[in-house]
Amino acid sequence: MSIFLSLLLLQAAPHAMPGEEAVDPYTVDDRNAGATPFTGTGMADAFHGQEGIRRIVAHFVEGNFADPVIGEIFANQDKVRLKRVLFEQFCYILNAGCSYTGRDMASAHKDMGIQKADMNRLVERLQAAMAAEGVDFQAQNRFLSKLAPMRRDVLQK
Amino acid sequence: MKIAALALATTFAFTLFAPADALARPLRNGGKLLLTNGISSLEGASGGGLTPWAVIAGNETSDGIGLSGHGTLVEVEDYDYQSAGVAIGIRDRLEISYAHQNFNTNDIGVALGLGKDYAFSQDVIGAKVRLAGDLVYDRMPAVAVGVQYKKNNNGAIVRAVGAKDDEGVDYYASVSRLFLSRSILLSGTVRLTKANQLGILGFGGDKKDAYGVQFEGSAAWQLSRRFAVGGEFRSKPDNLGIAREDDWFDAFAAYALNRHLTATIAYADLGSIATVKGQRGLFLQLQAAF
Repeated sequence: MSIFLSLLLLQAAPHAMPGEEAVDPYTVDDRNAGATPFTGTGMADAFHGQEGIRRIVAHFVEGNFADPVIGEIFANQDKVRLKRVLFEQFCYILNAGCSYTGRDMASAHKDMGIQKADMNRLVERLQAAMAAEGVDFQAQNRFLSKLAPMRRDVLQK
Repeated sequence: MKIAALALATTFAFTLFAPADALARPLRNGGKLLLTNGISSLEGASGGGLTPWAVIAGNETSDGIGLSGHGTLVEVEDYDYQSAGVAIGIRDRLEISYAHQNFNTNDIGVALGLGKDYAFSQDVIGAKVRLAGDLVYDRMPAVAVGVQYKKNNNGAIVRAVGAKDDEGVDYYASVSRLFLSRSILLSGTVRLTKANQLGILGFGGDKKDAYGVQFEGSAAWQLSRRFAVGGEFRSKPDNLGIAREDDWFDAFAAYALNRHLTATIAYADLGSIATVKGQRGLFLQLQAAF
């Protein structure tokens, strides 16, 4: 029984970390991040490294949950997990020294009913979080240029 | 006018081919990112100041119906110009616009034999359809086609200066893209037109009375969420023997005062207008969009 349980845990290990809700198994791959990372350290520096990215993600996620327009989309989401995988995704794309272990964008946003206006609201929340961290506007847009093509997979089909 | 009606009918037909599920969704408010609805061009279509972009008026996405209204003042060396207009943007797909333009000749009116402060006026009804793509997100840039039906209200005078008609239809196609990685927006438009000085001096002329192809472009650099600067170009026909017509240029700064109001100031070089050279000056616009 204990062997069976530990096997089950082993299999589940990469999918959900302690404190997170269970998710269906998926194959972990950096390509799930949905964008190729920047090269060099310029963007990681502009975002103040992993510490800066962590602050931006915390600000961004809290803002989304509290948002009067898109808050309800987030209401039933696992905030702990969202903060972790978003941090990994941003850190990976910004080439700040992380791997991405979350799901691909289409799977992660399936059946969430996200519309274009929600996506723009989300972008504004991210802009606010990046501005609060003091990220230069041109660097903000460079980062957004990596995220923009993901809209296709995020929107309600 | 028949051509205009046909073109408008065609654009309406395009919207009917929109995906049925998109049309079935309930409408909602609010949506576009700041400045991505553009401002109101001189002829009422949303875009830059001088030229349309492949964007749809108002702040709504494919899930809403947006509105915009604008007032524009242009004060150049010897003339002044005012326009006001409204536009509706349906599901970020179809734009219908109206603009009333007023062009005052001030003291030049005397020299032209029209009398001091003689003013030309024109009404422009426009329709534009975004056919494909997206200004910000998708791989494909936004692509739109449009028509503008123009009716000059000074038929006798514009014929007297050599124009062949007091009404005309412009046809245009625009491609627009915000390159986020560089914070730069580029837009290009090709226009088929016979209009002399937008149509304010009528359509066609003694030198030429056939459609010609004109090129228009905008480049803008976004400095913050609210603020962009840039420049524009618009080539023009030259149909009238008595009054040479020059290409237009401007350099602009646009600021989103809030989600609904965009203020634009530009320095415009409009060249020679109605026989008087060197028409340079200020372009000012306030646009409200919902």
